[in-house]
Amino acid sequence: MNQIPVHQAGRTLRIQVLRHNPRDPASVPQLQTFELEEADSMTLFIALNEIRERQDPSLQFDFVCRAGICGSCGMIINGRPGLACRTLTRDLPDNIVLAPLPAFELIGDLSVNTGKWMRGMSERLETWVHTQGLEQLDVDAIEEAMEPALAEQIYELERCIECGCCVAACGTARMREDFVGAVGLNQITRFRLDPRDERTDAEFYELVGDESGVFGCMTLLGCEDMCPKDLPLATQIAFLRRRMAAAV
Amino acid sequence: MATSLDKGPARADVLQSLTGLLLVLFIWGHMFFESSILLGKDAMYWVSKMFEGEPVFGKPYPLLVSGVGVIIFTLIAVHAILAMRKFPGSYRQYQQFNSHMSDMRHPDTTLWYVQVVTGFAMFFLASAHLVVVILQPDNIGPYASSDRIWSGHFWILYALLLVSVHLHAGIGAYRLAMKWAPIPAASSKVTRRRFKLAMWCIIAFFLCLGTASLVTYMKIGKQHAPHAGERYIPTHKQAIQESE
Repeated sequence: MNQIPVHQAGRTLRIQVLRHNPRDPASVPQLQTFELEEADSMTLFIALNEIRERQDPSLQFDFVCRAGICGSCGMIINGRPGLACRTLTRDLPDNIVLAPLPAFELIGDLSVNTGKWMRGMSERLETWVHTQGLEQLDVDAIEEAMEPALAEQIYELERCIECGCCVAACGTARMREDFVGAVGLNQITRFRLDPRDERTDAEFYELVGDESGVFGCMTLLGCEDMCPKDLPLATQIAFLRRRMAAAV
Repeated sequence: MATSLDKGPARADVLQSLTGLLLVLFIWGHMFFESSILLGKDAMYWVSKMFEGEPVFGKPYPLLVSGVGVIIFTLIAVHAILAMRKFPGSYRQYQQFNSHMSDMRHPDTTLWYVQVVTGFAMFFLASAHLVVVILQPDNIGPYASSDRIWSGHFWILYALLLVSVHLHAGIGAYRLAMKWAPIPAASSKVTRRRFKLAMWCIIAFFLCLGTASLVTYMKIGKQHAPHAGERYIPTHKQAIQESE
């Protein structure tokens, strides 16, 4: 019989959570401390679930996939944004401070409305394929073939899970609420690469050619360093900057 | 479509980068010329006269130095005005950035703040240095510069300026590369590490070079203090004077 070796780390974790319910007028933001025994290969996601199950069922945080795919469990972990499900407690000190992602609307405790922000960004930047004659498009017909290298390149950028970590890690986004963040600039680059999108550089410039777009980026590279999906954000933003500067 | 585009933001960003690049190249070149004092007084004398156009025009024209000073001053002014677009515009923004920076403990974010602080310091330090160069262009030479540095106490200004300008220029050059360079995504992490290493090596090199030459000027200035104000006569002219 196969046995999975289980080692008890024997550490007691002290997890402090910034708690606040914006819909409750009596709620005051405060740090609440929880203590729990660390288990082998424990992620923050597991730790938070254990706290919610055994200590405080009112603790709010988001998760869906538990595997770094849905982008729901983004939060500030000891000052830096990251995904709870991808963060192993063994990589953290005994004392862990968790806070909701800044720049997004707070739902409660660690839960923020990234969806609302992402939708706003998507509508503003029109992050969908713009092409003529969609009404006549035969969805049953086989799509025109794309160069594998290009498809790969687009897929690489498409891996973004819109977790919001790049926005929370961005000094510009923290100062300027209208800044579209690396997630927005990455999506523009993705559609600019896509041969099905017929928009010109001048049209893309209309969307990101200002201080709230690519020219607002100060190249602090927090986005690149904190992206849980390791997207090549710095090179994509540099590419977009060159294209947009050449577009005028 | 193209006619209605607001070209301002693109031009401002390109111009900020371009003026920054020119200033970086200038200051790195400047360091090699000013450190000619390490090769001896005659070498520095020759460099100072070269910039006054003596090898070309037959006699020195210090106004040429003033002209370059004015150009650099203009570049700095344009660069500073454009860079200020990015500064925190209110106390709230400043607070947001400050807490973000201390929470994140992220080197590149902190380096930007270093650039803001050194940039602000240079508003005063570089301006003071340039005003002297522009108004007294003939006051550059092995003794003239050393006297200003030692007897005129300018070493305090230059020491502060040295640290500010090289941190600002080194970090700025790294950021410029990350901002515009077409780096393949596959090798971007390695390339960035190399750029970063190059940045620290360049900063360290110029700080050492600058310190060595500043100390040399201070030593010469201290020795020359009793005769402060007297100009250096190069060795070949000394020989001519002696033979006369």
